[in-house]
Amino acid sequence: MDTEKIDQIVDEHQGEASSLIQVLLEIQSEYHWLPGDALHRVSERLQVPLTRIRHIATFYKAFSLVPKGRHEVHICVGTACHVRGATRVLDKVQDLTGIGPGETDLELKFSLETVNCLGCCALGPVMVVDGKTHGKLSPAGTANVLKSYE
Amino acid sequence: MARIDSPEELAKLRQEVVSHRDPDAPRVSVCAGTGCLASGASQVVAAVKTEIERQGLQAAVESRGTGCHGFCERGPIIVIDPEEICYLQVTPDDVPEIISRTLKDKQVVERLLYVDPAAGEKVTRESDIPFYKHQQRLVFGPNRKIDPKNIEDYLAIGGYRALARALFEMSPEQVIEEVKRANLRGRGGAGFPTGIKWEAARNAPGEPKYVVVNCDEGDPGAYMDRSLMEGNPYSVLEGLIIGAYAIGANEGFVYIRQEYPLAVENLGVAIERAEEHGLLGPDILGSGFDFEVKVHRGAGAFVCGEETALLMSLEGVAGEPRPRPPYPAVKGLWGRPTNINNVETWATVPLIINRGAAAFASIGTEGSKGTKIFSLVGKITNTGLVEVPMGITLRDIVFNIGGGIPGGKKFKAVQTGGPSGGCIPEDQLDLKVDFDELTRAGSMMGSGGMIVMDQDTCMVDVARYFINFLTDESCGKCLPCREGLRQMHSILTKITEGKGKEGDIELLEQLSEVAREASLCALGKTAPNPFLSTFRYFKGEYEAHIKDRRCPALSCKALISYYIDPEKCTACLLCLKRCPDNAIDGGKKKIHIIDQDRCTNCGTCFDVCPSHFDAVRKISGEPVPPPIPEDRRTVVKKGKRGAGQ
Repeated sequence: MDTEKIDQIVDEHQGEASSLIQVLLEIQSEYHWLPGDALHRVSERLQVPLTRIRHIATFYKAFSLVPKGRHEVHICVGTACHVRGATRVLDKVQDLTGIGPGETDLELKFSLETVNCLGCCALGPVMVVDGKTHGKLSPAGTANVLKSYE
Repeated sequence: MARIDSPEELAKLRQEVVSHRDPDAPRVSVCAGTGCLASGASQVVAAVKTEIERQGLQAAVESRGTGCHGFCERGPIIVIDPEEICYLQVTPDDVPEIISRTLKDKQVVERLLYVDPAAGEKVTRESDIPFYKHQQRLVFGPNRKIDPKNIEDYLAIGGYRALARALFEMSPEQVIEEVKRANLRGRGGAGFPTGIKWEAARNAPGEPKYVVVNCDEGDPGAYMDRSLMEGNPYSVLEGLIIGAYAIGANEGFVYIRQEYPLAVENLGVAIERAEEHGLLGPDILGSGFDFEVKVHRGAGAFVCGEETALLMSLEGVAGEPRPRPPYPAVKGLWGRPTNINNVETWATVPLIINRGAAAFASIGTEGSKGTKIFSLVGKITNTGLVEVPMGITLRDIVFNIGGGIPGGKKFKAVQTGGPSGGCIPEDQLDLKVDFDELTRAGSMMGSGGMIVMDQDTCMVDVARYFINFLTDESCGKCLPCREGLRQMHSILTKITEGKGKEGDIELLEQLSEVAREASLCALGKTAPNPFLSTFRYFKGEYEAHIKDRRCPALSCKALISYYIDPEKCTACLLCLKRCPDNAIDGGKKKIHIIDQDRCTNCGTCFDVCPSHFDAVRKISGEPVPPPIPEDRRTVVKKGKRGAGQ
């Protein structure tokens, strides 16, 4: 972890304690997780107790306290996708990767998350891998998509 | 760009922008909303730019990527004005032909037009397509006309005229009066009258005052706020500045989900452009009124759509709701008077100031005025965003605009109001959609999600799904919500697994009552709704699950089995090859049989069996017929099978 980078993020927000969530969001997007050292540094710089940082890091879904895999798989389980069979897609991905939502496999290949609506309901059920949207998925189609990732 | 320092300069700039645009010159708009981008719109936008240059038309033709047009089902969409020619499901390969045939030779590319399924006729003009024809797109319509990154496009369609009018021709009290007379009700869920809320914040003692845009659109299946923010952030900002002037606030916040990166980006650009033009910041349009806006990204918590939780989150702490009263209008952000409205509400404000309260209030029903944007999703032919006048019937929305249920299936219910809304069954399809009627039917308007369900949707599973969502999203502060929902979810899960028992329903009802009575915020108070409304209208489905261990919709995995009808199987090998669990036995000319012990009920065989064979069936509540004997498994001839017969 790079202390200077963290300091730079904190400085961009004028070191205000109320910008804690925005600071954590930027660290999350930089590292794809919140490393412990980074949280200690933020706590020092913003003069916010670590307990409050942990409270926020566990309350909001955007934050992860563990490192993420090379490929981030997001499965939409919004209502429109649900009635179109998102559960079957999710089951298939869990079967193939051996991980559940919120988990990362031991080889750090895939991280799996469920999301509540990506706003492309016309394409449901939808899975997003590393930002690329795969729509109208069947369980068999899902398997094909996952195979294409190394 | 120079600052605009008076309404006259604004009018002059608008005049200048418009004078450079020939209303008869061809304009190509490509929908670049999230839905279309996911189906490949960015390549189409790029192809249009390249092709226009390649064919030497850059001087004669305008082209732009715009916000969402609404007809997400058929994206990517291209509309060519002034003729309004609408092409659907366009790929980059279609673009050269569109440019040469339509723009150069003035001919229509027939194969890309909408085909009316009823009449079988092709429809050229966008506004003649049934999906659009029955809508009234007052708030959402401008999306198609502007590039969200270009403030000139917004000026060209009359943007910031309402702001100039409010700042120079109206007092703050008059603005509030106008909004009150329009009877605008909050589009975010509860439907509270906006004007009254503004007045309360204006009259509340304490300085400074704040205004907030709630763009924490958390309801799954609802994406109108996102599409407005992505496609036309200027209208939201214009409404916000007008509201800030009326209330007396000099500082505003936009709370926006970080899951909406494009909306965050376009809003950021819009704020920058507005600041450069003197439409935001100190001394707006030379009126002496100062106003600045900050963007706060939400970090993913459904409860933050609730206004007091949103304020906590803005203050940089966990988004747990506070008791009301005091309402935010009195004690909001950092204890100061704060007015929070939803994106669509803010975007409606310029319309009211421009057209006048009377014109706005002439649309809609007695208690609900104006138009409302709904996102029509689920088992529906035309998925998309629709803006309709309040008071339109559900039947009109689902069948005339939405095109009914795909695949010849039967309509079962439409779910409105988000996770804590309710389901409305077929016999109430003639219900007039407005705030009060939906509440009377046991549902609610919510933010405007409409999820259509057909015969294959199990209503017990729908209740379980929403309760699960809310259990997950409960902030955990109040026990009846935190623990009660957990118990409800566990009971509903057991019912969908065929482990329901006598007394479950009564227990669910008791838990519902406690959560409703004893939770602090709207999330907990309304959380039992998915159960209560599905139980009210679909009691029979609950009873079938509990008493007969049967799922009438053939959807609950634990209660169904897949079975291949030996009379219909032609031994085509399709399901056998595709079965991921090797649970199908068979071969060439050998009728396929599913090994029920190995089958995981994934449904692949059901999906792949060609519809003209229709051999795979789902069975629930009765035993699977025993496999046919080996000596009768040979397919002799289509329709007649079995050796020795």
